[in-house]
Amino acid sequence: MRNLVLFLWKNNFTLLFVGLEVLCFFLIVQNNTYHRTGFINSSNKLSGGVLQMYSDVNDYFNLKYANEQLARENALLHTLSSSSFITTSARTYIANDSLRKQKYEYISAKVVNNSTNRRSNYLTLDRGSVQGIKRDMAVISSEGIIGVVISVSENFSSVMSLLHKNSKVSAMIKKEGSYGPLSWEGDDYRYGTLSDIPNHVQLKVGDTIVTSPYGSTYPPNILIGTVESHEIKSGEPFITVHVKLSVDFKKVSYVYIVNNVMKAEQDSLENATQKEKKE
Amino acid sequence: MLNTVLRNIVRFIVLILTQVLVIKNIELGRFINPFIYVLFIITLPFETPRSLLLLIAFVTGISIDMFYDTMGMHAAASVFMAFCRPRVFRFFAPRDGYEAGTEPIIRYMGSLWFVSCSAVLIVLHHFFLFYLEVFRWTEFFSTFFRVFMSALFTLGLCTLSQYLVSRRTSG
Repeated sequence: MRNLVLFLWKNNFTLLFVGLEVLCFFLIVQNNTYHRTGFINSSNKLSGGVLQMYSDVNDYFNLKYANEQLARENALLHTLSSSSFITTSARTYIANDSLRKQKYEYISAKVVNNSTNRRSNYLTLDRGSVQGIKRDMAVISSEGIIGVVISVSENFSSVMSLLHKNSKVSAMIKKEGSYGPLSWEGDDYRYGTLSDIPNHVQLKVGDTIVTSPYGSTYPPNILIGTVESHEIKSGEPFITVHVKLSVDFKKVSYVYIVNNVMKAEQDSLENATQKEKKE
Repeated sequence: MLNTVLRNIVRFIVLILTQVLVIKNIELGRFINPFIYVLFIITLPFETPRSLLLLIAFVTGISIDMFYDTMGMHAAASVFMAFCRPRVFRFFAPRDGYEAGTEPIIRYMGSLWFVSCSAVLIVLHHFFLFYLEVFRWTEFFSTFFRVFMSALFTLGLCTLSQYLVSRRTSG
């Protein structure tokens, strides 16, 4: 002990020098990312190779355990993942404005079943009566119109696709305003047919077709598709338009269900008027 | 004694300020970064205890580091230089040793002694500093060139400043 103290006392200059340098290096490494990475890299080069080799060999002995662990973890993650759940509530957002009255409500939904290759195609959505879905609500996606809800269960709803023998949408040529019913001929899921356009209308390939404001189901000005070709059958005053649908029905995954709050009111009024006419 | 301490404190402040306010802002090219503050460590009195020398050098270096944002680099180089100073002085010592009450400046020791002593110490300091800054061996020769050029400039500035100060005291 005495010797140690003596040694330290004798060499205090060198020891102080070493101490200060160590402090300096500590400061440098502490405050300077470049030097820090430099240190880490050089130490990796020295020891990394050996450690890598060791762990390469060691890993083999743990494979069985690791596999079990991974399988267990996979099962847990599958259980937790959102695909294992169904959402029971769909929040709707209703604006309260005294100058305007909300006419359309949008409810997001996911397509869980879909077909395009039959004459009458249906989609199934993961929203139902619990989330406020009712019959005759329109279904659209960000690309265009999809169809109309025809039946509802608690958590699911069935949608009559635009690709259905009975589907009829009131469509309009956007730039010009003349309108007519759009239907599906059943041959190709990418094309629909718009009829009853008066033959004085100047159509060009690529003109936009949107929903008309006259139908009560769809909100107006929702994209349907573009003009692919058009023809006038001889002796008829109407043009038949071949419409390229904007929605790729084979890829539909997320859609919106549109609730027209005033649909019932409009329908009942129109029905009453028609009855009066008949009488 | 008090006079010496006071003079050294003034020298410390002047040199640090010169370094960080003037020389830091002068662009002399890619390879030339003179560090005139080392003059302070060179010109500390002969009688300064060696351990105190290290501590003073550390404080000086840290002060420079604060302005250069190079935490610890200048301190490390300065401490290294202070560690070498006694040996270098012993190597260049006159035949009958250093006179008491003198300082390692040109006025007492003559320009030849000062230039040779400073040259060795400055080169050691700059070597340490620049290689610590680069921190890799791949740029060895360009760093070497930088050390050489910067040391030359530092030495020139230190020597010039000695004449500047001593003329004023005499006049």
